[in-house]
Amino acid sequence: MKWTRAVLPPVIVGVLAIVAWELTVSLGRIAPFILPAPSAIWKELVAQRQNVWEAALASGTNALIGLIAGAALGILVAMAASRFKPLTEVSIPFAAVLNALPIIALAPILNNMFESTSSIPRRLVTAIIVFFPVFVNTLRGLREVNPIHQELMRTYAASGWTFSVKVRLPGALPYVFTGLRQASSLAVIAAVVAEYFGGLQTGLGSRITSAAAFTAYPRAWAFVIGACLLGLVFYLTTLLLERLAMPWRTRLIA
Amino acid sequence: MSAVVVDKVTKTFNRGRTDEVTALSEVDLTVADGELVSLIGPSGCGKSTLLRLIADLIQPSTGTVTVAGQSAGQARKEQAYGIAFQQAGLFEWRTVLRNVELPLELRGLSKRERKARAEEMLTLVGLEDFAGHYPAQLSGGMQQRVAIARALAVQPPLLLMDEPFGALDEMTRERLQSELLGICTQTGTSTVFVTHSISEAVFLSNRVVVMSARPGRITASITVDLPSRDDAGRQSPAFFEKITEVRQALRGTPAAAPPPRASEGAAAGTDAR
Repeated sequence: MKWTRAVLPPVIVGVLAIVAWELTVSLGRIAPFILPAPSAIWKELVAQRQNVWEAALASGTNALIGLIAGAALGILVAMAASRFKPLTEVSIPFAAVLNALPIIALAPILNNMFESTSSIPRRLVTAIIVFFPVFVNTLRGLREVNPIHQELMRTYAASGWTFSVKVRLPGALPYVFTGLRQASSLAVIAAVVAEYFGGLQTGLGSRITSAAAFTAYPRAWAFVIGACLLGLVFYLTTLLLERLAMPWRTRLIA
Repeated sequence: MSAVVVDKVTKTFNRGRTDEVTALSEVDLTVADGELVSLIGPSGCGKSTLLRLIADLIQPSTGTVTVAGQSAGQARKEQAYGIAFQQAGLFEWRTVLRNVELPLELRGLSKRERKARAEEMLTLVGLEDFAGHYPAQLSGGMQQRVAIARALAVQPPLLLMDEPFGALDEMTRERLQSELLGICTQTGTSTVFVTHSISEAVFLSNRVVVMSARPGRITASITVDLPSRDDAGRQSPAFFEKITEVRQALRGTPAAAPPPRASEGAAAGTDAR
């Protein structure tokens, strides 16, 4: 009962929106290159399902590798920065610069640095984009230690290392996952958009550009839906990991 | 040997700056083995500061603190005391059992020993059925009991408590007071208990140490000898007499000019024990 009440409203709204979209397109005689009807997109999605799946796999691999690399780096740098105060002051402006960098503008430059068949530039773009939210959130978590915990560990005569492992890190976990949740969606967006600037033609982004170039708009939309689903998979997987990593949290999104 | 000896301790914060504060001035305090001493006084009288000095969380500006015959710093390193604060301060990512295990873990006890000892402590505070729960699933009173179990886990000869029941409702408070008394009698632990509740101080203590503010100093030391420490004890005339005595001591000593014999009396009264 509770479950249906939670699920039903968004489903109804979604179905109504699609119906309205279909009606607007067919009754309003909107040209397919402006906005294809959902039925046409669906037909393409079914017809191209093998291609969408393979393209999603290619983009997903890039996004995953970039996400892992960027997140690992973000967490490590945050740990180092929280351990040595001067490093914090140096690293925060650098991270801010990195974040302000129009990374999409960097993608074509990175593309030229590697061979045209290389996936590395895309993974690099993803990693750079992922770094900032993970770094900032983790650093905040690491620096916010309950003063009572600090005093308690002092009365236990705990070493700096023990304190980090037993108090600082577990205490920072909720913050780390806030960063990872943001990063997981960003990773997919970055991996897909980085493909717009040439290179290998295997991923969702290159499929979308080539379909659009051939004026095959419903097909382009089919791949867009693929990208959307891929992003959702990443996000939900992160939520699941969060749940598994923090069994003491009673609410999923707090 | 005395559990705690505080000898002519002065504590000044921000020394040499414009916002210099003398939190404690020339304080002498001795806690005998197995004795439960309450520190009571208005806020800002330095009672928490005194407790932190004993715990070696801060260092005295002048004077010395001795815990169980050694320096406070050495005592801390050997976990010669357990401590509990007003907030339970449990680690929310650890189950109740693992919270109690933490001080034992840092002492290097084996997993089996840790578990056995922690379970024993949880039974002592009546929470053996909640070992697998997380702190967020417990009420405030239960969390505080876990914190006490944790403080007792290393079976320290000395227990330091900084208003541990301050955030609890009256009923939970009275129940925990009785539990604490039972535990201290059972284990023979010496206790220094900071509180701002007169009735709590009188009910729990062998001795109530009254402090005054600016600068923080001990103004009276009142020995309490109740016929019994249970609900009957709470109703006894002796209980109310002592409450009145503590109240008068709190009111009667002007902070500006404390009678000099009072602080000496505190030390002398201790030595008599």
